Amino acid sequence: MPNCFPARGARALRKGFPMKILVAYKRVVDYNVRIQVKPDGTGVVTDGVKLSPNPFDDIALEEALRLREQGIAEEVIIATIAPADAQPHLRNGLAMGANRAIHVVTPGPVQPLAAARVFLKLIESVQPGLVILGKQAIDDDCSQTGQMLAALWDRPQATFASKLEVSGDKATVTREVDAGLETIEVDLPAVVTTDLRLNEPRFIKLPDIMKAKSKPIETIELASLNIEHGGEIRTTHYAPPAKRSRGVMVKDVAELVGLLKQKGLV
Amino acid sequence: MSKILIVAEHLNGQLNSATARCVTCARELKPDAIEVLVLADAPDAVAAQAAKLDGVTKVLTVARAENAHALAAVLAPQIAAAAKNGYTHLLLPSTTFGKDVAPRAAALLGTGQVSDIMSVTDPHTFTRPIYAGNAIVTVAAPTHAIVVGTVRTASWPAVGEAANTAPIEALSLDVVLPSHTRFVELQQASSERPDLQSAAKVVSGGRGVGSKENFEIIYKLADKLHAAAGASRAAVDAGYCPNDMQVGQTGKIIAPELYIAIGISGAIQHLTGIKDAGTIVAINKDAEAPIFEVADIGLVGDLFKLVPELEAAV
Ligand SMILES: Cc1cc2nc3c(=O)[nH]c(=O)nc-3n(C[C@H](O)[C@H](O)[C@H](O)COP(=O)(O)OP(=O)(O)OC[C@H]3O[C@@H](n4cnc5c(N)ncnc54)[C@H](O)[C@@H]3O)c2cc1C
Repeated sequence: MPNCFPARGARALRKGFPMKILVAYKRVVDYNVRIQVKPDGTGVVTDGVKLSPNPFDDIALEEALRLREQGIAEEVIIATIAPADAQPHLRNGLAMGANRAIHVVTPGPVQPLAAARVFLKLIESVQPGLVILGKQAIDDDCSQTGQMLAALWDRPQATFASKLEVSGDKATVTREVDAGLETIEVDLPAVVTTDLRLNEPRFIKLPDIMKAKSKPIETIELASLNIEHGGEIRTTHYAPPAKRSRGVMVKDVAELVGLLKQKGLV
Repeated sequence: MSKILIVAEHLNGQLNSATARCVTCARELKPDAIEVLVLADAPDAVAAQAAKLDGVTKVLTVARAENAHALAAVLAPQIAAAAKNGYTHLLLPSTTFGKDVAPRAAALLGTGQVSDIMSVTDPHTFTRPIYAGNAIVTVAAPTHAIVVGTVRTASWPAVGEAANTAPIEALSLDVVLPSHTRFVELQQASSERPDLQSAAKVVSGGRGVGSKENFEIIYKLADKLHAAAGASRAAVDAGYCPNDMQVGQTGKIIAPELYIAIGISGAIQHLTGIKDAGTIVAINKDAEAPIFEVADIGLVGDLFKLVPELEAAV
């Protein structure tokens, strides 16, 4: 008979394994919402709009949970930087399976550089082997935080990941790049950002929601982290995009080709 | 008094046309100098191409074996070191290359980044899209620091060739490079078709195409039109075609003269990738599909009948 925890025992001999995984878990306007710009140009309408986890962050959390299920990670910690009302959002991530959550409480949204500075502070206390973030948040669409964090932490980054394999103190990551699929190898600890095809996040089951109620959420006031300032980008105006107007409907291919010829396109 | 540094994107000795689009954006800043930085193991061929771009005043090369592949962790410290030589702006294209590298360099320079620059108001004020392009914001970068930005390539045409080529200089940087990140391989979907990001015409297929085999009708029409082939996320996810064909918020943002969307419903995440196209044609069997709200020419019907007809007629 094998002993009870052979895999875990073997891994525990190695330094830092099984490891902790820190997951960035941002709350954003749901991807199905058609965003409207306020008529006075001061922002977008968010009152009464459905909020959801950033889809890429759900993928980040799912990947971390799978690594825990494989015995590669022992603890998955989600962290969000958000106003005080974001607790239900964190409960959602805990229901999905995270062990615990960190809530960095801010009055309003923070920019990627500030978020990276906050995550660097969290890394100092959590000491994760991997930090997984979404490749972008679908509100500001910046696609910066993971890369900035990796720079400040002076560790590898593997962005736009569609496949992640951890073995020992290394990870092999396939990245979705414009030219195709790039594979790189990084030493851990490292930062990974997720692309859509990395996995399909699991659905939350009712008993998990009950279980999540007793999982710990640590709250930290942003000000207490004493992060560096500087480099802020100011948003001064919001405008709706230039509209494309509805064109013409044609009845058949002949009419379509006629129009394309008129425009000199075929 | 702007002095701009653009980091060249290149692969296999070829300068990517995204760099020429960055030069157009840089020229809009009315700078005193536009310099292009080529980081490579053997930069000469790429440097020669960059030196021909209209508006470029100098090309700087850094030849190091570690620069054989574009690894952000390796390139960013060199870019940050080079950028400290009196530049007011550091620009990269918002391709996967620029998106990977630029924020790492920005953080090393201690400043924020303006992603996806669509237009320039003044040297520190830009517009950029948020919420999948459903809102356009005006942003102001700090005036006392270098401006780091990525250029939304679909918003800027490529510059042409200059009459005189710019001088090329080797740059030596005293930077220790990390070995914690290593290139393994690049799988390129080999295609004889034009490049999706710079093609004048694009034919795209969606979930409605139904299978990998059926995607042949998309390729056939594309070939007949000398067009690049694209796809929706749903088609890529279903395995009908490779990931590098995805158009949209999380794929490629393109601005061809002609875009033909076949069996694509027109989700906002897809539309954000084609907003700047000249003429959008949609073929869909559902007359209510949202793609028709933005299409210049719409044709309702079964793609399996209409696409072969179209291919025969052009
Ligand atoms: C965070 C996030 C990012 C995303 N990023 C992207 C992105 O970058 N790019 C992208 O494309 N999507 C993206 N999506 C997905 C997007 O929301 C849609 O799910 C996707 O674009 C749908 O693809 P589709 O139009 O091919 O499929 P569907 O919406 O299923 O549409 C298929 C269409 O084909 C038509 N059709 C079916 N059969 C036929 C036939 N025989 N003849 C003619 N027409 C037919 C149908 O009427 C239908 O309109 C993203 C989603 C999220 C959440």
